[in-house]
Formats: sequence, structure tokens, C-alpha cells
Amino acid sequence: MRPSRAYLIWIHVAAVVMALVVLAPFAWLVISSISPSAELLSPHPHWWPDHLTFERYRAIFGSEGGGGDVAANFRSAMINSFVVASVTTAVSLVVGVLGGYAFARLTFRFRRTSLFAFLAIYMLPPIALVIPLYLALANLGLLDTKVGLVITYSSIVTPFCLWTMSNYFLSLPRDLEDAARVDGCSRMGALVWVILPLARPGILTTGMFGFLLAWDEFLYALIFTSTTQAKTIPVAIAEFTGKHSSDFGLIAAGGVLATIPPVLLALAFQRYIVGGLTSGAVKG
Amino acid sequence: MRSTVREADRPRARQGTGQQHEGRFALLLLLPAAVVVFGVVIWPVVRTLVVSLYDVDSAMPGSYPFVGLDNYIRVFQDDRFYTVLGHTMYFTLVSTFLELALGIAVALLLNSPLRARWLWRSIVVLPWALPTIVNGALWRWIYNGQYGALNGLLDTLGISDTPTQWLGEPFLALNMVIIADVWKNTSIVVFFILAGLQTIPSDLYEAARVDGAGPWRAFWRLTIPMLAPSIAVVLILRTIEAFKVFDIIYVMTGGGPASGTQTIAFYTYLQAFSNQLFGYGAALAYLIVLAVFALAMAYLRILRQNQLAGVE
Amino acid sequence: MKPTSPSSGSLAGNIAPRPTRRGLLVGGSALGLSGMLVACGVGGGGAKKGGGGSGSGSIRALFMQQAGYSEENIQEMTAAFMKANSGIKVTADFVSYEALHDKTVAAAPAGTYDVVLIDVIWPAEFGTKNIVADVTDRWPDEWKQQMLGGAVTTPQYDDKFYGVPWILDTKYLFYNTAQLEKAKVDPAQLDTWDGVLTAARALKQSGVKYPLIWSWQQAEALICDYTQLLGAFGGSFLDDAGQPAFNQGGGVAALEFMRQTIVDGLTNPASTQSLEEDVRRVFSSGQASIALNWTYMYGLANDPKESQIPGDVAVLQTPSGPVGRPGVNGSMALALTATSENQDAGWKYIEYLTSQPVQNKYALSSLPVWESSYDDPKVVETNPAVVPQAKKQLGDMILRPQVASYNAISQVLQAEIQKALLGDKEPQQALDDAASEAAKLLES
Repeated sequence: MRPSRAYLIWIHVAAVVMALVVLAPFAWLVISSISPSAELLSPHPHWWPDHLTFERYRAIFGSEGGGGDVAANFRSAMINSFVVASVTTAVSLVVGVLGGYAFARLTFRFRRTSLFAFLAIYMLPPIALVIPLYLALANLGLLDTKVGLVITYSSIVTPFCLWTMSNYFLSLPRDLEDAARVDGCSRMGALVWVILPLARPGILTTGMFGFLLAWDEFLYALIFTSTTQAKTIPVAIAEFTGKHSSDFGLIAAGGVLATIPPVLLALAFQRYIVGGLTSGAVKG
Repeated sequence: MRSTVREADRPRARQGTGQQHEGRFALLLLLPAAVVVFGVVIWPVVRTLVVSLYDVDSAMPGSYPFVGLDNYIRVFQDDRFYTVLGHTMYFTLVSTFLELALGIAVALLLNSPLRARWLWRSIVVLPWALPTIVNGALWRWIYNGQYGALNGLLDTLGISDTPTQWLGEPFLALNMVIIADVWKNTSIVVFFILAGLQTIPSDLYEAARVDGAGPWRAFWRLTIPMLAPSIAVVLILRTIEAFKVFDIIYVMTGGGPASGTQTIAFYTYLQAFSNQLFGYGAALAYLIVLAVFALAMAYLRILRQNQLAGVE
Repeated sequence: MKPTSPSSGSLAGNIAPRPTRRGLLVGGSALGLSGMLVACGVGGGGAKKGGGGSGSGSIRALFMQQAGYSEENIQEMTAAFMKANSGIKVTADFVSYEALHDKTVAAAPAGTYDVVLIDVIWPAEFGTKNIVADVTDRWPDEWKQQMLGGAVTTPQYDDKFYGVPWILDTKYLFYNTAQLEKAKVDPAQLDTWDGVLTAARALKQSGVKYPLIWSWQQAEALICDYTQLLGAFGGSFLDDAGQPAFNQGGGVAALEFMRQTIVDGLTNPASTQSLEEDVRRVFSSGQASIALNWTYMYGLANDPKESQIPGDVAVLQTPSGPVGRPGVNGSMALALTATSENQDAGWKYIEYLTSQPVQNKYALSSLPVWESSYDDPKVVETNPAVVPQAKKQLGDMILRPQVASYNAISQVLQAEIQKALLGDKEPQQALDDAASEAAKLLES
């Protein structure tokens, strides 16, 4: 069927409105990051700076920083965050997909109980666990290391993956899987060869948001890391907002840069995220 | 990989030994997740539970008096607890509802035959990619009563030239924090709903159309029930996240003005960390879990009652 | 169950034996068990005991990134110290001020740090909760005379010393000379809070919409401003019996003064959502004429890159009220942690950092704790505008209550003061409510 012209116009208008609402605050972030401090403080906002400044970006990327410069630490924080979030996502996604499938498709004792046990871990506020976790990591020599963060984050991101994946599997039609088993696949075979490809949009969406959970985490990183060895992006940005030295422009610049990796990731995966199924098996 | 299970074996595999086999298969699939999660947190979780039964008022070890459930009882006698619980419930219900409603609307929009769909989808990703603490700082900046963009915008548009202190009144501030939270977290709802929409076979819509159902009817009778699992999953995720909201409060208001934006997680932080009342803080943390659990159960019940099947 | 950490400072480093992956899992469950077994020692599970150590070896120190000495300053001092004491290796970590308290607390049971920087409001808490070590026996008597009075009391609680003062600060009155001139206000008026009000009214008439800006967000910053006013109006936080007294006399007068400046439209309404940095921004953009702030604002408000009013900034001692003009004590001290196994080496490091020559050398970053430094021309010339004011003010400082439950009391007070500032409660009522809450907290 062909959508009517009025409908097409309407959805495009709606999309533009949506884009404005989403983009306006973000645009303000970008503009603030390239406005001189003095203009940021003017009583009426300068919607576009009279004098563009890229100094903050230069400070972050420049080589003059040395070990002590807060801004220079940003670069290593970026790498740390990327490594930690990627590894965490990979680990959590693998174990989460397997476990999620079990929750969705298999009947076994304590199924609900164990699902809620995982969820309960996710519900506990990190504040409650910081001190004992610190002690455990200290005893294992994992304080201020990326490994320590990966271990900690995986315990948060995994319940998230389990929960989203088990629900996603539930939404997949069961007959395909049964058909696969009729075709002679084992359970594991059906999971790997039939279900996983079908579940790709769900897996990638879960992975994307799991990545952000780790990328975004603040409290644990703040307490568990202390050097460029493991400090992550949110900690580095928080350090811009110190007691006596906060320049919103610098936070904005940090924010803009911190947004780039997840956005690139989302762009790279977005065509897989949406689109797998409608053109795929179910329709046929 | 290929097994020798033939079609003839299937009916039997469904019962009896099949159950056991399924149980073992489930264990195999779940074991890695259990190790990753409980291997790390079991000690902290148990220890926090133990701490909640003692009158612990320092991070340091020592002999603290065993008080049984006193910490929990004290929470219920604490006036401030009810205040922050109220803020938290309001924050959770309003932000989750808005995120869900906007998220479904935007997802449907993004699923419609838009031109350059990838562009619109990429735009929607942006707020999600912004770290929460930057999001908090950004909105604090936008709301600033002195040189904030929001007052500037209202002035430029000729709506109001008297600056409003957006974070200056307790209830207003709570709502403004909710807006900041919704702006960022609607993204996740959009993408989960979008993924859920892909699982609805398009021939169902064809069938509904043939039956003479209008778009509105198709939406309530077809889309929403088919999306129920996705709705349940984001609803519960967002509820959990909203209930333990901390970072954005910490950055935007510090719990002020006049404690108007203090949430239960923030209060727990103050008690457990700033005041080193670890026993009391631990009790608060476990009560958070109970409260979120109750909320999640209520949601699932409502969703099921509305015949939104598939939710378990 | 005690962990097997051979030496302090090794916890985050490579010296400690690295457990294997399997060790992690086994350890996890074993620790889980220990959590239940050591139920009588639930605070820390298996923390370390402190000790003097050999006076050499590795130590780890925790500093803050902003204000006072910069990271570069501290790294330089540390390098010089290690050169002079070849047996001691120091690793310095830096966190933002906001994270300093929490990090110190979280790290305490594990004994990660040997030396920590503590704020003036923490000695009572950290001392009674056994997080920092009592160093009274190490404190030379002559320091009590050689250091400024406000410095000596900074790390003190209950007649014991829990550290050595290092960063001295209090709030000064800053004003915009150009705006005062335009409004024909004599800066001499700013010598009293009454005069400040008169000046603010004149400034408002001359076109400054809100002449006053304060850091009155629900945070410790609010208590700092309140403390300074409470002192000026002759109030006190606690009476001689240790009971809350801020709901009487000067304590109430101070809050009434604060509220009145809002009602009269002299104080910027954004004040109740502002921290020190917001105050600096508003003042530096010329949107307020008079503000209280820490020493650091002088340099930044005069910096053309940071400010629109460079050259128009003057600094004064805090105005006097009916009773006096004490400045809020906003100092910080270096402390030894109770769990440090190398306290002797840590003490040497603290002695070095707080020594007069080192402090004089870095006077531009932070003013020395030593009284005689303020007559040293080299120190004076680092900041000729501030040092004379500091010399007058730093001898007369008022402390926030030194009690173990200070943070909890401060939170109650912040919330109630804000209610009064927003007009939800009468100042007297708000402070009465805060006092009854505080009395309960002091009891427990």
C-alpha cells in the first residue's frame, strides 16, 4: 500500500519537531564548548559566539599538557572508558544472551526466582556495595585497574542483558525454532544457527545500551580509580568541575568528545538494529 | 552441532526426561552469567545485609552492637525517609511514564516511511550517548537563572522577560530534573520499542486493515499488545534506574533547594557515606530493592491484566 | 580473615601477589563466608592495622586537584622530598574536592593511603571513627606558637591533633570598584554588614539589578556563608554544654539578615542554587557588585581570560557585625591514616610539605600557615592585595561545630536554612527545627 501524501507530510513535520527538541540542548552544548568564557557569562545568551574558540579542544588534544594537566588526562580516560565498556559489553552480552535464552525458552525449577535474583542485584544502589567491593578489589590487587572495573561493571551489565534478552527472545515466534529442531538441529544448534541471527536486532540494541551503562558509570569509577591507568571519562569530566575551577565550556567540550564513540558505534550498528526481521524470516 | 534428534523423538522429549534435560541445558546456559554476577557481588551483597543488622557507624572494622532489625525500624520512623520516598516515587512514576509515552510515539515515527530514516535515528541516539554527569551539567546550565539558555529563549521568543529560577523552588526543580532525565533516557525506550516493532509481522497489519480496523484501533488492539514484552522490559528497566537515580541529582541540584530534589538513593548516599552510618544506609539500600520489586510486580500484574500476553 | 598484603602502598600496584582468575572465584565465596563469620567486626571485614613502620619505603598520598596547591606544585614538592629522603618513595593521587571525603572513607579499611588531605570539618569524624591517626605525640609544642591560631585549631578535636594544617583559607569580601564608584559608594562602608546593606541599596538604585551574590545552594558552601555571618552577629553553633545554640541570638539574626537581603531584592535569587564557582561567574561578569568568596576568586576575577571585570576587583576583610568579624575557617590539613603501616615515613612527608620554606616558596598558590611568613616580603609580593587582608583575617577565624556527626547536622541545617531563605518557614522556626534535629544527632 502507498502512504498518502498528507500522511507523509505529517510524519516529516513530526520528525522535524522531534529533531529540534533533541538537537537544541545538544547544539547548546556544542556552542558552549566553542564560546569564550566571557561570552558564556553574558546576561543574555549569545546564540552564536562572537569569537569562536577551539582552545578547549586544543587543551584536550594538545601535547603541552604533561602528566599533571586535567585536560590531558582526558585522552587516556577516553581510551580507558572505551576498553572497559567494550570488554564489559562483550562479556555481559555473551553470558546474557545464553542466560536470557534459558529464561525465555526453557522450563526449569526456580526459573522465576533466579531471574529475580539477577534483577535484584541490578536494583541495589551502587552506594550500598562500594565499600565491600573496594575492599575485595584491594585484596585482589585490582584497584585502579581496568580489569577491576570490567569485573565490577559486568556484574551490573549482565543482569541488564539477561533481562532484556530474555524478554526479547519471548517476543520471537516460537515456531521457527521448533521448525529448526524439526530440521534436525540440537537445542544448542537451534540457538546458535536460528535464534541468534533472528535475535540480532535485540542483541545489538542490548549491546548498545549495555555499552552505555559501562561508559556512563560514575560512582564506582570515582572511588575505584585514581590514576590515568584506569580513570574513565565521567571521572575525568567530573574533575573539570572541581571546587574552584569549573568552566562550563570545558565540561561541554568533554561532553561533546565523550559522545562521539557511542554515536559512532550506534551509527555503525544502526542498520542492523532495525531491519533484520521484517525483511527476514518471519515475513516469508 | 547437528543432532540426531528426529521428528519422531520430539513428543517424548517434551516430557519426562525432557524436563531434566532442559534443566541441565538451562544450568549450562545460566552458569556463565551466574559466575559473572554472583562471583563478584555475593560477598558485598551478603556483607551489606549483615551490616544492616548492626549499628555500624564507621567504615573501619570494630565491634559494633548487633541491633537486629532496628535499622529497618528506624527507617520507618524517619520523617525524612517519607519525604525522599515521595520525591523518588514522583520522579520514578512521572519520568517513566513520560519516557514510555514519548518513546513509543518516537519509535512509531521512526518506523514509518520517513525519508533518510538513518538520519532521524542517529539524532535520537545523541542524548543517550551523552554521559549522565554532562547531561546534568548541561541542564543545570540551561536552567541557570542568571545566564541560562531557557530564560534567554523565552525572552527572545517574547514569551517572558523576567528570568525564572528554574531550580529555585523545590517542586519546580524536581520537575525540571525530570525533564532533563526524560530528554536523555527516552532514547533507550525508543530503541527497545523499535526493536520490538520489528517482531510484529507486517501481514498482521494487512489482516487488521482488511478487517476494517482504523490506525487508532490497530494501534491499541495490535501494536500495543504485540509490544507488551518490549514495554514490560523497558518499563521495569527504567523504573529500576529511576528509583536509584543519583548522578543527575548530584550534579544538578545536590538535593536542593530545601531538599526538594533529594531522592532515596541520594539520601542513602548522604547517610552511608557522608555520615558514615553504614548500618542505616545498608537498611535503606535493601528497602530500595524491596520498593522497586513491589513496583515491578505491580507493573507486571497490570500489564497481564490488560491481556498484554507474553509478559512473564 | 586477614588479607595478605605485605606492605602498604602495594594494594593498587604490582607488588602484591596477583590472584589467579580461579582465586577470584574461590576468594569470592570464601570472603562471602567471612562476611558472616566476622559479624562482630562488620565495619571492615578484614582491615589492616596501622603502624609506625621503618620510616622508609613506599607511601601513597591522596590530594585534591583544585584550589590551593596545584597538582604540578605538589608533584614538584614530592620530587624534592624524595630527593632529600632517598629511602622513601611517594605516590601522589589526586581527586576532586567533592570526591575527597568519600574516597578517604572507602579506602580506609583497605589502607590504600598513608597520607590524606582532610578538610577542617572532618577531624572529629575521622578521629572518632578511627580513620586518621592521632598525631598529638608527634606535634612539636613550638608549632602552636609559630602557626596562626586558625591553623592550629584546624586539625584539632577533643584536645588531640589529627593532622598538620597545610592550606589556610577563609572567605573575604570582594567588590567591583567600578560599580561602587558609579553608585558613589565609599568602599569604607563595606567595613560592616550594615554598611554592606546600605551600599547594596545604593548600587541597586544605580542600576545593578542584584548587587549581592552568595553561595547558598543546599551544600556545605551555604554553611560557610552562614557561619561567617553567625560569627559577626555573635551567635554560636553549640553552647558550653555542647547543645545546639544557633537558634538563639546571633544565629537567628544571621539568618534573618540573609532572608531580608532576598526580600529586599538585594541578593540575586540565583544564590540559593549557587556554589562558589557560580558566585565567581556572576561576580566576574559584572552582574553582582559584592560577594563573599575564598581567596582564589581574586586572581580569577582579575584574569581577562576568565572575567569581564579585570582590574575592577578589590578584596577586603569580611565585614564586621554587631559582635565581631571572624572568618569561616576553610582550611585543610594533612593527616596520617590509622591503617597506614608506614606512619613514620608519612610523617616525614607531612613535615616536609608543611615546612615554612616549602610553604613560602609556593605562597602564590596557597598562603602559609606560619605567622612570620606574612612579614616576609617575598611572601607579601606574591599577592600584595590579599596578603595584608589575610594577615588580619587568618588570626580570627570561626570553626563549624567540631563534632563527629557534623555532616549529618550540616545537612539538616542546610535544608532548614534553605526553607527560611525560600520563605517557606520563619528563620526562628527553621532554626528551632534544625536545632531539635541536631540535638537528636548529637545524642546518638
